[in-house]
Amino acid sequence: MTTPARPRVGLLVTCLVDLFRPEVGFASVKLIEDAGCIVEVPRDQTCCGQPAYNSGDKATAQELARNLIALFEGYDYVAAPSGSCAGMLKVHFPALLADDPLWENRARRLAARSFELVSFLHDVLRVTKVAAAHAGTVTYHDGCSGLRELGIKGQPRALLGAVEGLALKELSAAESCCGFGGLFCVKYPEISNRMVGDKVAAVIDTGAATLLAGDMGCLLNIAGKLSRLGAAVHCRHVAEVLAGMANGPAIGQSAPAAKAPRPARPGS
Amino acid sequence: MQPTTKDFPENARRALGDVPLQAALGNIARGWQEKRTQAVAALPEFEALRTAAAAIKDHTIAHLDEYLERFESRVTEQGGTVHWCRSAEEARHTILAICHRLNARTVTKGKSMVAEEIGLNDFLGGHGIAPVETDLGEHIIQLRKEAPSHIIAPAVHLTQAQVAETFRAGHHGLPTNRRLDDARVLVDEARNVLRPRYFAAEVGITGANFLVAETGSAVIVTNEGNADLTQLLPKAHIVLAGIEKLVPTLEDAATILRVLARSATGQEMAAYTTFATGPRRARDVDGPEEFHVVLLDNGRSALLGTEFQDILRCIRCGACLNHCPVYTGIGGHAYGWVYTGPMGAVLTPALLGVAEAGHLPNASTFCGRCESVCPMRIPLPKMMRHWREREFAAHLAPHAIRRGLSWWAFFARRPALYRAAAGALARWLALMGGRLGYVRTLPLAGGWTAVRDMPAPSGRTFQQLWAMRAQPAAKKGSRP
Amino acid sequence: MTGGREQMLDSIRRGLGRGPLGEAGKAAIAARLDDHRAGIIPARTRRDPAGLIELFIELAVGAAATVERLDGPRRIPIAVADYLAAHDLPRDLVMAPDPWLDRLLWAERPKLKLRPGRALATDATGIARAFAGVAETGTLAMVSSETSPSTISFVPDTHIVVLGASRIVVSCEEVFARLRREAGAAFMPRSLHLITGPSRTGDIEQRIVLGAHGPRRLHILLVDGTEA
Repeated sequence: MTTPARPRVGLLVTCLVDLFRPEVGFASVKLIEDAGCIVEVPRDQTCCGQPAYNSGDKATAQELARNLIALFEGYDYVAAPSGSCAGMLKVHFPALLADDPLWENRARRLAARSFELVSFLHDVLRVTKVAAAHAGTVTYHDGCSGLRELGIKGQPRALLGAVEGLALKELSAAESCCGFGGLFCVKYPEISNRMVGDKVAAVIDTGAATLLAGDMGCLLNIAGKLSRLGAAVHCRHVAEVLAGMANGPAIGQSAPAAKAPRPARPGS
Repeated sequence: MQPTTKDFPENARRALGDVPLQAALGNIARGWQEKRTQAVAALPEFEALRTAAAAIKDHTIAHLDEYLERFESRVTEQGGTVHWCRSAEEARHTILAICHRLNARTVTKGKSMVAEEIGLNDFLGGHGIAPVETDLGEHIIQLRKEAPSHIIAPAVHLTQAQVAETFRAGHHGLPTNRRLDDARVLVDEARNVLRPRYFAAEVGITGANFLVAETGSAVIVTNEGNADLTQLLPKAHIVLAGIEKLVPTLEDAATILRVLARSATGQEMAAYTTFATGPRRARDVDGPEEFHVVLLDNGRSALLGTEFQDILRCIRCGACLNHCPVYTGIGGHAYGWVYTGPMGAVLTPALLGVAEAGHLPNASTFCGRCESVCPMRIPLPKMMRHWREREFAAHLAPHAIRRGLSWWAFFARRPALYRAAAGALARWLALMGGRLGYVRTLPLAGGWTAVRDMPAPSGRTFQQLWAMRAQPAAKKGSRP
Repeated sequence: MTGGREQMLDSIRRGLGRGPLGEAGKAAIAARLDDHRAGIIPARTRRDPAGLIELFIELAVGAAATVERLDGPRRIPIAVADYLAAHDLPRDLVMAPDPWLDRLLWAERPKLKLRPGRALATDATGIARAFAGVAETGTLAMVSSETSPSTISFVPDTHIVVLGASRIVVSCEEVFARLRREAGAAFMPRSLHLITGPSRTGDIEQRIVLGAHGPRRLHILLVDGTEA
């Protein structure tokens, strides 16, 4: 595949960013545009289908997968600010549609061009510098799908290393799951609580002021637990920091000024 | 053993509140996870060995009928006997018949998960034959009348203090003033109690890590040496093994051995790897006079050709348990049957039915760590998802989950409605969050807010805000 | 209870979606069973014979065995006596009924009491000869026979093993090859024990304690200048 001078990138916003953290969507747009791409956001996207897929509702998952493929297959690339949603497109769609060769083929073609945001910036667009500064120490949680399905580990660290003033302190038991797991956290809340409890203890142990991650599911879970414990650690999506858009309230923080956020125009 | 897999959520809740259990489980991460990491780091060939090991098992399973027949011929040629058992019941009766013929009163046992699977101890006990577990962990839980909580370390759920209490209660004649506050002392105590039992038993039963088709050998790996004393001293050695334990040659066994101990305990080799081939030879001065191999199917062949076939590659190393955040949080007993952790979440529904064991494949975040450490590259999360599909297709999934999913799916299929609903939900959650920025309790999300807050959104969805930004350029955001 | 044999095989074939293997299929399996090429042998073993001996010693000691190197078999009785004295152990030994061991100059250490045979519950120390040593993991290969009872490796508290330095091989695979070469058609003994260090358990809070059921001590006399 030849890459055009200004690739057109379809942004898979993800349902959690859409609902809970629009800032991440705007940060993603800025980062991809700054790297020289045209970003478009297909209006009719809903969800990649993970809730159905992981609950055994294969028919619904297949239907949603086909919708998403049809919506995104015209782009040069698809990027998602989430390891688990990107993993869905990249790893699971072809398997999910394997009983229909035509769709499997379309799924494979899309999978080859679909990426998690930070790995897309780092591995595909070869971004090495970001125009961002962030004073203080942060720690980073590796979401399981990104880490183990997509091999995302070095990329966010490399780009965070380019953020002026930022110091990264690693978590202990960094490769442990935070206990989100989609419906898992409501089906087995006590076990999930144990896992997220261990995770936030490790977060607090680092002494970092901010926790970053690449998945809203993990972030809502960890931020919710930190909030319940009254811990003063801010949680943000890594894209917010990389885009220099981490000035507003953190996840789960009061947001009087953010009632109707006026996103800065990228590049301005 | 009566399964309690249906009570998994309640079992898990209890386990999370069990203070000694939690103390014991803390040792797993500090112990096995680190040791495995070090052992793997010390062997550059480890990843290639995993691939080779998985390929050996795949090949064997694809020709399992032929390899089983070859294995049987070799065992028979050397004077041993192979018993083909379709079910747990057939295996129990086969073993009982051998014990009866030899007038056995006690049998020693090396640790065998298959023996647990078929409920052998209770059965033999009910027929007047005393089974004596010889693995230290198995000995401890036999005294406590418990099931093993881990496939390689049956008593991993107990603290040293609990082991001491167990010996005080179960070892008759133990002086009350004997100090039992040290692992060394406890091991010696168990050694002294078990020593005479090895010599008294008429029959010794072990499991097998591998059955070698080329030679008719049963391979048993231990660190304690208990399986060796169990098979060498009595008159008869019975090997009880699932049909999936076959490998073609000694070289194949050697390849898999290179990943087995490293994955299990972080050792390069366990202390004892024994290849037992037939009964003692004519001029041998020790060893068992009879050699029996009980081959158990019990639902395994029914996995062939299904999406669960890959679980037959499992070598029972326990790495998936040791690295599972669910297992290390709740221990093995909560799973409610013999096989626990990720491999149990795949195997138990196959052996007991998904209606009985449906919780097990559901109680996973799909974090994938099990698959990443599995020496046989078994796609455990994928197979757990397949069980969820079977469960969903059979309408066995919990009603609330099904109803919630169908509501969500209704919107997810209809983009315009979805956007409107997401917008309304964002507004509502923002209102609920108010000036705090988070929500303390949320209707229909009690599972979430019981233990953590729900961060509130700012009130508008990304799609709404994007539409505002994109207004002047109507082309943007449209279909490509 | 073997009536289930055909049904089990049928069930397997049904799952595999085929009938019994044909001639060609069976021939392929036969060829696979005759293929004794080694798989992946760790590169750490790419050493000359002296390097392999060093590796064996390093790993055996790492597995909590002790190793004493002797320049010839003549020194074995002295080494055994010294070892027992140093560990304050009784001087009674059960010895494998092995003519090679029997020929050693035990008379030079008359206080040692040797009883040839298999090991009994009362035997505190046993001595036998290893078939081979595996450099890759510091492992001893003990082969059961009329001259090498298996019980000696497991029953006594202290296990002394005589290993000829020339019998140190790279891997388990070389042990199998050597067995096939030296023992002929029915080359597998009743028991082949691959032993790496003394008995141990981690069943109590994962603390490693030596001497769980088998020997507490494994002492290897590594002997140069012999084909033993």
